[in-house]
Amino acid sequence: MPTRIAYEGKVEYLQILDEHGVLDEKLAKDTLSDEDVVELYRYMVKCRFVDETAFKLQRAKRMGTYPQNKGQEAAAIGSGFAAKRGVDWLVPCYRENAALWMHGQPMHQVFMYWMGDERGSKIPEGVCTLPLCVPIGTQMLHATGMAWAFKMRKEPRVAITYFGDGATSEGDFHEAMNFASAFQVPCVFFCQNNQWAISVPREQQMNSATVAQKALAYDMPCIQVDGNDLFAVYKASRDAIERARSGGGPAFIEAVTYRLADHTTADDARRYRDSEEVDAWMGKDPLIRLRKYLTGKGLWDDAKQAAADEAGRQTASDVVKAAEGAGVPPVTDMFDYTFETMTPEMETQRRTMRTHSLGQRPEQAGLRESAK
Amino acid sequence: MTTIEHTIELPDFSKPLPPREGDRVIQFREALREAMSEEMRRDERIFLMGEEVAQYNGAYKISQGMLDEFGPKRIIDAPISENGFAGLAVGAAMYGLKPIIEFMSWSFSLVAADQILNNVPKMLYMSGGQWGCPVVFRGNDGAGGQLGSTHSWCVEGLYSNVPGMKIAIPSNPYDAKGLLKTAIRELDPVFFLESERMLGDKGHVPPEEYYIPFGQARLAREGGDCTLVSFGRPVHFCMEAAETLAQSGIECDVLDMRTIRPLDIDAVIESVKKTGRVVVVDQCWPFASVASEVCTQVMERAFDWLDHPPVRVNTEDVPTPYAKNLEAAYLPNAGRIAAAVRNAVGAK
Repeated sequence: MPTRIAYEGKVEYLQILDEHGVLDEKLAKDTLSDEDVVELYRYMVKCRFVDETAFKLQRAKRMGTYPQNKGQEAAAIGSGFAAKRGVDWLVPCYRENAALWMHGQPMHQVFMYWMGDERGSKIPEGVCTLPLCVPIGTQMLHATGMAWAFKMRKEPRVAITYFGDGATSEGDFHEAMNFASAFQVPCVFFCQNNQWAISVPREQQMNSATVAQKALAYDMPCIQVDGNDLFAVYKASRDAIERARSGGGPAFIEAVTYRLADHTTADDARRYRDSEEVDAWMGKDPLIRLRKYLTGKGLWDDAKQAAADEAGRQTASDVVKAAEGAGVPPVTDMFDYTFETMTPEMETQRRTMRTHSLGQRPEQAGLRESAK
Repeated sequence: MTTIEHTIELPDFSKPLPPREGDRVIQFREALREAMSEEMRRDERIFLMGEEVAQYNGAYKISQGMLDEFGPKRIIDAPISENGFAGLAVGAAMYGLKPIIEFMSWSFSLVAADQILNNVPKMLYMSGGQWGCPVVFRGNDGAGGQLGSTHSWCVEGLYSNVPGMKIAIPSNPYDAKGLLKTAIRELDPVFFLESERMLGDKGHVPPEEYYIPFGQARLAREGGDCTLVSFGRPVHFCMEAAETLAQSGIECDVLDMRTIRPLDIDAVIESVKKTGRVVVVDQCWPFASVASEVCTQVMERAFDWLDHPPVRVNTEDVPTPYAKNLEAAYLPNAGRIAAAVRNAVGAK
């Protein structure tokens, strides 16, 4: 019996704005307006300033470990702009701050989080983002479950979940992709392929030519885009989100980008990355190409840049002030937020601060009954 | 709408519970089904997901007929992906649904450990009190009868170490219904541990709705010589042992804890102050077990009332054997319990 092809797949690559700032006008049609691009570029500059400030804070020992977002702003902003604020839910890992901020999560809360304060994960009323998720990959299942809930509740919302190339080796990734596909839920999987899982290069993490092709196994629409190209990221995200919203099921986007900074402030990437590689990617920085593009179109000049830089500096300074001004959380928080309904055991712990032995009575242990 | 309403109506625990005695005798599995179905009829946000729960009516027929009544959107066959559906439940709960997740066996929950231990019980805390995770995880726990080491897990010893979730372990159909209904109404995550060996057990289960509060032990038998503390299936072994001991004049209090998180330690202390002796029976391994915790708390709080060191009756500290005779020797049983009590009270 002759053999036949049971399945054949391919992955499309999309780039609209190249690294020299040259735009493919045809592909850019019906994407971003000039006003959008100016506004988003200005915002990108601001996010870069805030990000660099977080790095400096850590070096000054005013912040714990921080994972810089530097170089990946177009991926976060293009996708964040495509999602409907207050409607769609962003389910992040930790390298897409710009998207969260666009959707209303206060910048200083992200700083509070990395300074080690759970209140940084308390999302304000009306903001549709989940807290940062540092374990790799677990949040993709939460996004899938949330999208399942949208479907059950017949709400026209989409969940967009972010993760890196490294996370696609996790079982959680495959389980989330399989569920999302089998249940056809409105969830967009957005992979920021920044080439490195801490010190392990992408080629060593997987034998696949692209990350996007992993979606083919789940029969999920997928695309690989230039992740440093705001236009391509926006277009791919918008198409995926709107298809999901109209009942077309989940989608996968691989944004090819690069982590210009270290994995976190606890890392020194110079130990394992060639400087030639980093330098080459420096040239593909999303900020550089957008500025070139806007300048070429007469929409940007040095004066505007200076103003945007100044606004970035000011914002960063405000964010630091707000985060550091939050003070420390009350000790009782740890008892109050363990259960929704306080158990007697927890109530006693809270009252006596008797965490070293659940069984001892305060009078036996010679402990004071602590004030509230 | 961005605020997710978790308008789960908390049960009225001031209402007295219906009598335990009666002639509406049904199986343990039917009591579980009744609890889920009653709650699902009231609240359409509740769904049941797990392996084989829908088309097959449940691997152990607990969800028999539920697909017919509630349809495929609420009784959902999941792929074999425990970490997957546990994680999906987290997201669904965060967005206002009330998932009941059935693990065919709690032994299989180990592959979902990251979701059920590292996410579920911490979500509320990590978000500064904002994102609760009201999911009920339920399934068979403990040795099922020659299922071998990998399929005979008794997870409460491991899982009760983690703060942030509640753990209920019923020993009879009446409690199974009342505790599961409470679990479904809980705002916090609940691990509900059933036993394959008890699903066919029969008992009176009132047809009306009732909710057994968590953290309240049941005094299953009264006696002044020794306190027997247990939960789940070994409660029956304790009752059997107490019956035998009574024939030689040794009377025991038998406490069925019903939930171990929260733990009704006050009930244990009250009984120990009367009897001066305590034997804790737990079908988990002995090292750092729930039995260890109960003994520790008894010593911390009632040391001066003790006439004998607290005694634990656990399984042997080895992987659960497959061979029938070895498994029987491994598990706690009435004979070992009676011997432990006799030793504690100084009887021959």
